[in-house]
Amino acid sequence: MKRDTDFDAMAKAPGEWLRGTGSESDIVISSRIRLARNLADFPFIRRCTDEDRLSIERTVRARMESIAGWDDIQYVDLEQLSDIDRLFLVERQLISREIADSDGARAVAVHPSERYSVMINEEDHLRIQVMNSGLDLQSAWESINELDDTLEGVILYAFHPKYGYLTACPTNVGTGLRVSVMLHLPALVITDQIEKVFRSMQKINVTVRGLYGEGSQYTGDFYQVSNQITLGHSEKELVTLVGEDVVPRIIEYERKARAFLVDKSHEDLHDEVSRALGILSTARKISSDETMHYLSKVRMGISLGLIDDVEVGTVNKLFLQTQPAHLQKLYGRILSSSDRHAERASYLQRHLITGNGSSSLN
Amino acid sequence: MKCQYCEKPATFHITELTEPTGPQVMHLCEEHAKTFLNKDPSSGVASIAGVLANQLGQSKEELEELDQKECPVCGISFFEFRNSGRLGCPYDYTHFETDLQPLLRNVHDKLEHVGKRPKRAAASADSQAKMIQLRREMEEAIEREDYERASKIRDELRSMESVQTPGAGSDDGDTDDQQEQRGTLS
Ligand SMILES: [Zn+2]
Ligand SMILES: [Zn+2]
Repeated sequence: MKRDTDFDAMAKAPGEWLRGTGSESDIVISSRIRLARNLADFPFIRRCTDEDRLSIERTVRARMESIAGWDDIQYVDLEQLSDIDRLFLVERQLISREIADSDGARAVAVHPSERYSVMINEEDHLRIQVMNSGLDLQSAWESINELDDTLEGVILYAFHPKYGYLTACPTNVGTGLRVSVMLHLPALVITDQIEKVFRSMQKINVTVRGLYGEGSQYTGDFYQVSNQITLGHSEKELVTLVGEDVVPRIIEYERKARAFLVDKSHEDLHDEVSRALGILSTARKISSDETMHYLSKVRMGISLGLIDDVEVGTVNKLFLQTQPAHLQKLYGRILSSSDRHAERASYLQRHLITGNGSSSLN
Repeated sequence: MKCQYCEKPATFHITELTEPTGPQVMHLCEEHAKTFLNKDPSSGVASIAGVLANQLGQSKEELEELDQKECPVCGISFFEFRNSGRLGCPYDYTHFETDLQPLLRNVHDKLEHVGKRPKRAAASADSQAKMIQLRREMEEAIEREDYERASKIRDELRSMESVQTPGAGSDDGDTDDQQEQRGTLS
């Protein structure tokens, strides 16, 4: 297992799941599945002593190192990491904000493709995650099931014949499975239908959460749909619920809303999308929330053929690279908030204005 | 603070996570909290705090007694669980089984695991609890430099870990039976 992770090199690439490929990728950003697992012979994290946590971290690391064919996995000791490196991993969705902000021995094992990661000592001892670009839950489930089997071969899980995999929070017990699909739904937001759509979702046991810009005036129009229940339904049923029963319906609503906008208010839409691109490519200072907000409109403009000189891959990459930790990694130094706003604006200009050399804009 | 729906004081502060606008806090009196939590089983299920508040439907005396109850393995009290929403160890699912069932039913609408089972598992809840206790004893033995005792416990733990139980179900658990249940989800 590799111990030295080159975050600077990672920052330059968007990570497998942001490739912008895969099924329905004009609307679906990524499909993710995670499994919560605990070791049978330790208390849950809340009642762990510092020694317990250290012992869990070391035990799991040693057992994972014993797995044949896992030489590529990068093991990152999160306790030793700087705040900015932890934030970097949060932005890439390789670790949760909770584990980044907690204390004590904790770690993450990451596959170089960034499709798989295993968090150690999050809310549960293990949080296994697999992520795919676009709508692709089937292969994500097959991958994570295999990964779980492999780990189960070396780690004794806490399991109850009636209640299934035991978790620190009873909302995860049973399968320990959370299926999440990240969707980009700007047209449902513009047409004021998003709440109505989500209200109808609540009745069928899925949760919807806005992903960015909560509590600010800007939103990136990203929403995450996940299963609410984990007990009493098989993993395959839960995957089917989210991936086949719910998400395709939301995609259909979003497509209808986009078609409506193109048809009924083409000029207004074209204006809004063009202004968004204009702001992103001419601003001298810009916050990450505002960036997200306008990138979201540009992304929709590309998929509707209203913008043809920017690639969707570029936009996906910019969503990630304009976030605070990524920006600072790319600039190779710690930036104050106001410096970040200026550097972000210049970074956006260089990547959005086609046929323009990067030097002339700095 | 007053209840959102009447003049009574708000004693329940329920975070509703399913709102499309993100988390929203509801401030309710006991009566309205009960109505809110009971009327739509799917609302508020993501919020463990909300469901736990619903458990306050028990009489005050019953709840006070339950709050005192402690897990013999990890020492967590039901009061601490209610406050944090997090359990202390795997044995809590056995020790607090009857107390947790209304909560599990409220959250998941089901009480029995369906789906994947590990091929290798500790024999029983009791033996898992014993492993946690043995590990504590081992740590204590190491602390007082009783290495002979510590290594004995280590051996015992290893032998318990290698206990194999036959997988009680198929890998993916996708039987005809469960296919039928899918209807209840959609
Ligand atoms: Zn009231
Ligand atoms: Zn316990």
